[in-house]
Amino acid sequence: MTSDLYKLTVSEARAKLRARDVSAIELTHACFDRIAAVEPRLHAFLTMCEREALAQAEDADRRLGAGQAPALCGIPLAIKDIFATRGVRTTCASRILENFVPPFDATVIAKLRADGAVFLGKTNMDEFAMGSSTENSAFGPTANPYDLGRVAGGSSGGSAAAVAADECLAALGTDTGGSIREPASFCGVVGIKPTYSRVSRYGVVAYASSLDQVGPFAKTVRDAAILLGALAGVDPRDSTCSARLVPDYEQSLTGEVKGLRLGVPKEFFVEGMEREVEDAIRAALKRFEAMGARAVEISLPHTEYAIGAYYLIATAEASANLARYDGIRYGLRAEAATLGEVYNLSRAQGFGAEVKRRIMLGTFALSTGYYDAYYLKAQKVRTLIRRDFEQAFERCDLIVTPTAPTTAFKLGEKTADPLQMYLSDIFTISVNLAGLPGLVVPCGYDSLNLPIGLQLIGPPFGEETILRVGDAYERSGAFKRRPPLV
Amino acid sequence: MTATEKYEAVIGLEVHTHLLTRSKIFCGCSTGFGAPPNHNVCPVCMGMPGVLPVFNRRVLDLAIRAGLAAHCEIAAHSIFARKNYFYPDLPKGYQISQYELPLCKGGYIELPAADGERPRRVNLVRIHLEEDAGKNLHGIDSSLVDFNRSGVPLLEIVSEPDIRSPEEAGAYLRELRLMLRYLEVSNANMEEGSFRCDANVSVRLRGATELGVKTEVKNMNSFKNVEKAIAHEIERQIAVLESGGRVVQETHLWDPEREETRPMRSKEFAHDYRYFPEPDLPPLKVSREQVDEIRAAIPELPAARRARYLRDFGLSQYETDVLTQERELSDYFEEVIKAPGLSNRKAAANWVMTEVLRVVRESVKPIAEVAPRAAEVGSLLAMVEKGAISLNAGKTAFAAMCKSGKSASATVAELGLAQVSDQDAIAAACDRVIAANPDKVAEYRAGRDKLFGFFVGAVMKAMGGKANPKIINETLKSKLAG
Repeated sequence: MTSDLYKLTVSEARAKLRARDVSAIELTHACFDRIAAVEPRLHAFLTMCEREALAQAEDADRRLGAGQAPALCGIPLAIKDIFATRGVRTTCASRILENFVPPFDATVIAKLRADGAVFLGKTNMDEFAMGSSTENSAFGPTANPYDLGRVAGGSSGGSAAAVAADECLAALGTDTGGSIREPASFCGVVGIKPTYSRVSRYGVVAYASSLDQVGPFAKTVRDAAILLGALAGVDPRDSTCSARLVPDYEQSLTGEVKGLRLGVPKEFFVEGMEREVEDAIRAALKRFEAMGARAVEISLPHTEYAIGAYYLIATAEASANLARYDGIRYGLRAEAATLGEVYNLSRAQGFGAEVKRRIMLGTFALSTGYYDAYYLKAQKVRTLIRRDFEQAFERCDLIVTPTAPTTAFKLGEKTADPLQMYLSDIFTISVNLAGLPGLVVPCGYDSLNLPIGLQLIGPPFGEETILRVGDAYERSGAFKRRPPLV
Repeated sequence: MTATEKYEAVIGLEVHTHLLTRSKIFCGCSTGFGAPPNHNVCPVCMGMPGVLPVFNRRVLDLAIRAGLAAHCEIAAHSIFARKNYFYPDLPKGYQISQYELPLCKGGYIELPAADGERPRRVNLVRIHLEEDAGKNLHGIDSSLVDFNRSGVPLLEIVSEPDIRSPEEAGAYLRELRLMLRYLEVSNANMEEGSFRCDANVSVRLRGATELGVKTEVKNMNSFKNVEKAIAHEIERQIAVLESGGRVVQETHLWDPEREETRPMRSKEFAHDYRYFPEPDLPPLKVSREQVDEIRAAIPELPAARRARYLRDFGLSQYETDVLTQERELSDYFEEVIKAPGLSNRKAAANWVMTEVLRVVRESVKPIAEVAPRAAEVGSLLAMVEKGAISLNAGKTAFAAMCKSGKSASATVAELGLAQVSDQDAIAAACDRVIAANPDKVAEYRAGRDKLFGFFVGAVMKAMGGKANPKIINETLKSKLAG
């Protein structure tokens, strides 16, 4: 029996589940059938959880039968392999955690579990979320569903590809410098990185603690709003998590954009950006103007320093965050005669090249004699970038930019040149440095049929505004989703 | 002048002391001592991937309490930092500590003055918060790690190099420990590892103003060992300088078996800790109200208590020191002297130091377990003071009370120790003795004063030894005079 239930959006599935037109079990089976059909070509998943997922679906059906089930009850999701899942191995796409099974759930996993969501499996990513193409996975890259010879983006490439290829209804990712938004753009799906502190980081394997943030991938802006509502909120286990009340994001999707001022930063339309990407963004802006919004040019003068600051702050934090992988308590341990060798060999064998590069960069940035010139200076730049945005938001309600300068590049195209790879995040990184929310909505395809994503940046806790604008854009019919090739 | 006299030692101490909280500093695990290995642990204090620290606010109150008692400036805004190094007992590969912007700055500890001398002040650089590491246990062919201690809250108290001798270092540590115990901030137990000390030691020619090259001495697990290790290190450095050598800045480990310090291999301590602000924890904010509230609740500290005993109770320096050396004993004494009818505090002090301390020392148990309730001892002493019982009877009653736990009055009654102070009964006995010994009465009245003792003895005998000697004296004097 094959069914195309896997094509449903979350909001469609929610209606059908609540009406008991379909069961969570049917929906889950449909997703696993779809996974069986496309996964060999995509490699979006690292671990499948079929047995656990079917048990969750069964529970969900029981709750749905009793009525009063939460929004995500019975909804099959894919989970980036960076979230600790009790009893299910959590590798972070690293050899060093290849066999690590956490004894606890990340807060967002516990929340979704309590809501009755179904976890299909754990998705591929760049090792420890360090990368922009998922090629840094220790277990092989994920292919782009629109061109199997191209990358899915990264670091949350598995989650983006799984949603794009309809292997799941929605997925979880994390974003430190663009790791939700760039793959969403490359795979033609919706992705949102919320304001820093909006969603708990407890149980999310840390890359750069002051930048990491959890967010959903979805097929529509409405679905992203539903998921964000389930993920957001205060957590006593994360003292950086905001206590601010979580609004009803779905209710904010009024379709109204009239009178909104859309800031267009002049620094973001730079050399090196693909013509077709720029055209698609400009076309989207035209569409917004036709809908009654107003485009205003703004300036974010410190944009050019964002990548430099990011690669000092993120790697400095990473150098400490990844120190716990020492082979002593869990994870890969190289057998060796001395303690020093256990450390050196475990880490040499357990970490991939990019992870080592960033640990070394971060270690250097924090070293005596270099701290002021690198780490401290980067923090000052971060303050300036945050101020740029504060000033910009005095003149506009949200900021509209491209997500990445290009569409999905070819597998292997940038692996030899880390700097070129780092530039993929040029439009997303400053948003993390400023702690702002950023939404990516598909807005077109280039001549190779590769998706292009529009980035909407909001002020702190401005998720409602960017979701409303993204949803209005979707509803305007300006963009028609094309099915992926797989 | 000997070589030793030519030089002056300059010593600074870093003390780490566990704070008395029930749960750890960044998770809810118990801080209890003595649990089976890896019993008091959770994903947070084991450094599992993705976990985050959440600060235990109780730690802040205790740290501020200590900071105020040590006359520190309490920072309204302080931050945590990560101190990076690899060691198997350090689960995250970094220790959450404070570096820039610590909680407490400056301050001092006043050392008790020897008789007739002015008290010495040891200034502090800072007091900051951090988490403890686990403990490595080494077997014959393997090493294991116990993480029970991982995340136990620590206070690091850093002194200025104001200490000039091993004895002064010992005095500083004893005073600091005493203060922490009075504050109920830490049980400061060196044997359990809840109070640890590292010493920075250098020497310089007497009169020099520049500091010499220092070494850090570690691994001293008792006050005696701290003094011995510092003394050894001072001698070693002087010997090096006297023989024309140079002191090398390095870390030395004290070997208590061989009573010497040995340098650690330089590789083992060549750390660049790469401190940076802890991004997982918001800054610590302390309001003036919070500080005032904590200040108001600080109990009388040993220095103040010693001054009061000397000044108000007329106790000697020695008595004062003995009575204040443990807060328990001192509080006990305070309770004893509250007893109604007790006014001779010096006598009470003596009693506590001899009788009470004897049972405590003999049993090696806490005072509350082996001594009678302080209030009862107080009323027993009040009875002695007013003559209701004799001093000897008091000692008998005390011994019985230690065993029975009964009240002073019940014990005295049960053992029939009460002195007869009944004027009429004593007068009757005196009359009988006088009537029975007309010759002796005549002799006494003729001037043989020495016979007075005979009459007292006879009356006492007639009263079964329980009569109040003072009343016998008075009664006999007036009757014999008659």
